[in-house]
Amino acid sequence: MEPGTAAVSMRGISKSFDTKKANTGVDFDLYKGEIVSLLGENGSGKTTLMNMLAGIYFPDEGQIFVDGREVKISSPAQASQLGIGMVHQHFKLVDVFTAWENIVLGAEEKYDVPAAKAKIREICDLYGFVVDPDKKIYNMTVSEKQTVEIVKIIYRGAQILILDEPTAVLTPQECERLFEVMRNMKKDGKSIVIITHKLNEVMEISDRVVVLRQGQNAGQLETAKTSAQEMTDMMVGHAVTLDIERPEPVNPKKRLVISGINVTDAEGVKKVKNVSFYMNSGEILGIAGISGSGQKELLEAIAGIQKVDSGSVTYIDENGKETELIGMHPQDIRDLGVALSFVPEDRLGMGLVGNMDISENMMLRTFGESHKWFTDRDRPRKVAENVVDVLEVSTPGLDTPVRRLSGGNIQKILVGREISSDPKVLLTAYAVRGLDINSSYKIYDLINGQKKKGVAVLFVGEDLDVLMQISDKIMVLCDGEVSDIVDAQKVTKNDIGLLMTSMS
Amino acid sequence: MTGFLAFIPRAVAQGIPLLFGCTGEIVTEKTGNLNLGLPGVMYVGAISGVIGSFFYENSVGAGDVNAALAVIIPLLCSLAGSLIMGLIYSFLVVTLRANQNVTGLAMTTFGVGFGNFFGGSLIKLSNADLPSISLSKTSAVFRTQLPFAKSLGIVGEIFFSYGFLAYVAIIIALTVAYILKKTRTGLNLRAVGENPGTADAAGINVTKYKYLATCIGCAIAGLGGLYYVMDYACGIWSNDAFGDRGWLAIALVIFTLWKADLGIFASILFGGLYILYLYIPTGMEHMELKELYKMIPYVVTLIVLIFTSMRARREDQPPQSLGMNYFREER
Repeated sequence: MEPGTAAVSMRGISKSFDTKKANTGVDFDLYKGEIVSLLGENGSGKTTLMNMLAGIYFPDEGQIFVDGREVKISSPAQASQLGIGMVHQHFKLVDVFTAWENIVLGAEEKYDVPAAKAKIREICDLYGFVVDPDKKIYNMTVSEKQTVEIVKIIYRGAQILILDEPTAVLTPQECERLFEVMRNMKKDGKSIVIITHKLNEVMEISDRVVVLRQGQNAGQLETAKTSAQEMTDMMVGHAVTLDIERPEPVNPKKRLVISGINVTDAEGVKKVKNVSFYMNSGEILGIAGISGSGQKELLEAIAGIQKVDSGSVTYIDENGKETELIGMHPQDIRDLGVALSFVPEDRLGMGLVGNMDISENMMLRTFGESHKWFTDRDRPRKVAENVVDVLEVSTPGLDTPVRRLSGGNIQKILVGREISSDPKVLLTAYAVRGLDINSSYKIYDLINGQKKKGVAVLFVGEDLDVLMQISDKIMVLCDGEVSDIVDAQKVTKNDIGLLMTSMS
Repeated sequence: MTGFLAFIPRAVAQGIPLLFGCTGEIVTEKTGNLNLGLPGVMYVGAISGVIGSFFYENSVGAGDVNAALAVIIPLLCSLAGSLIMGLIYSFLVVTLRANQNVTGLAMTTFGVGFGNFFGGSLIKLSNADLPSISLSKTSAVFRTQLPFAKSLGIVGEIFFSYGFLAYVAIIIALTVAYILKKTRTGLNLRAVGENPGTADAAGINVTKYKYLATCIGCAIAGLGGLYYVMDYACGIWSNDAFGDRGWLAIALVIFTLWKADLGIFASILFGGLYILYLYIPTGMEHMELKELYKMIPYVVTLIVLIFTSMRARREDQPPQSLGMNYFREER
């Protein structure tokens, strides 16, 4: 195709960081009034490619055409002048500002508050956004913040919108609303690129799919004529099975009984309200809920890190001996075999020390076990070797500081370490957060492996499809309360979505 | 009552250097630069003005000084001195990304040393009997009051009995408050201090804003030093007389919750608290109480800190990136 006909054309784009090649000779076209999905595994260079369009990075090689004219985009401001706007995965908003202040920030126009607000309302009415211009960002939900981001780039006159994993943090209902808005924008002649991992979304929203693999074009497909399987194979480069196995629980026995747990956080907000449930050995209990519905506090309460107002957590071992965990030291709870792996949004926040290397991070778990004068460095090193090997962690070596690895690899180390501690109860939260399909499935396999060994697994997840496939039972949390505990094989996605947002 | 009314002009005169320092530091901190070099900057602002004025007074000898030159020369020297301090700080912190706390403290040490060195040199040059320099002619110009001030009695005393720099301080504080709250420049500036990454992505030149705000902030703060020597101290410079006013100005910034207009009242209040010990009779046998009274401004700041952190209102918190340098994400 001639570059002249597209809204945006990228030709032969290459970009490297130090010695690592992020993009090599990538071509990309976007036409007026279409929605294109950019698909690829972690580290396949999707975000890098789009960042070059948004003026965050400058390509080492290659040309960019906007409306057939060759352009050099060296700053976000310049991209915005060309009508290109990007919503990043981490929102770029000032928390103490109101919505309108954020929207007009950096716009080149007269500073006229009533006019700006009027223009914002106009945009909202046109595309169906719901935004209160005077609301402060710190009072907003994730979905509202995202709306502000999108309104912001439209306000600047963007014709080309790039959304980097926009649905990762939304409930199914919120996603639906976002897609509705995207369709409205498409009707208005705007072009949209959506970067995503989720194949069902690709199928639902986009006209065309461009697949990247290891920083290179792997091909493109028309959504109407393709299938999830074909896209995955193209993305990974070989055939993959997309089904997550769900082995039948063998001889389930009550392992952990939680009753009437209440937790209040440091700001005095009740985070967990009267939550009761039990976990069986050899079963996976999934937890669904909008992020911040009390998942973190609940898990921490079980692990003994979070102070509990009232309630009890009872651990029952193989011989039927009961132990009350509330009030025990976290170290003692861990020694009983209750392992917690919580992957926070920034990945490094909990559990790993960025400046320490892989085997030292493994040591954090076990240094207390040896009672010699000097720490035992050999065993953690073996564990590290094993984790790196089994999970295919891509690292220059075991001595590399963890913070220098990519997010996905950091995560594998964290989850791998918890699993290698041979737990009886495994608490995992967001174990596959931001991971690509290949790595995700590896983690699912690991978790299923634990299940088969008779471990009671608690799996907090974001992706409802996965949650429904891997769990035996799903507990839905809404605002710190249990909305319901349902059978994962009988429930529908829509039911869970409703349970997540409202008490029914 | 009249005792209290007579106390007000003293508190105001004491508060003006603090107001300059506080306004300047607010401008700087709003872009995320925590300039702990403020005491040094104010000190350099003072000595630079003194140097300019000293050579001008010496050049006219025994004759009368030209009123305009007597103001302009020290003013420009003072501005230049503190501006250079601002530039050094910005270069170290913004361009070289040095640690802000360390740089700030070094600037303070440097500024005070610089002032004392040149102050000492000038004292040597002037062959004075006392360890101080007297710039009475320049000071007289700086202290010129409005002609009708005397005839207005107590009202004139409270509102019109100050040199022009006092009014300049208030005008600058109001202007800064207006710019921060109501203009695009202010919005951009606050965005840089809250979240430089966001500001950068929105096309705002973070480096430019940080440099300009720091330099302008330092220039404003330096005027506080100039006011102190020329007006408050009647043109008499002696080493270390400026005291801890610079630190007090930084405390004021926290006290006012980064609001420049509030700074006007707060600085007068602090000025009053600063000299309160002179007005509370303690008697000769309880001199230690005076030292306790001197602590009042700091105790008040601590109390404000406790209250604001308890209320945890987001708007009252320091700029989010305060004290942190901005690296554009290199991935």
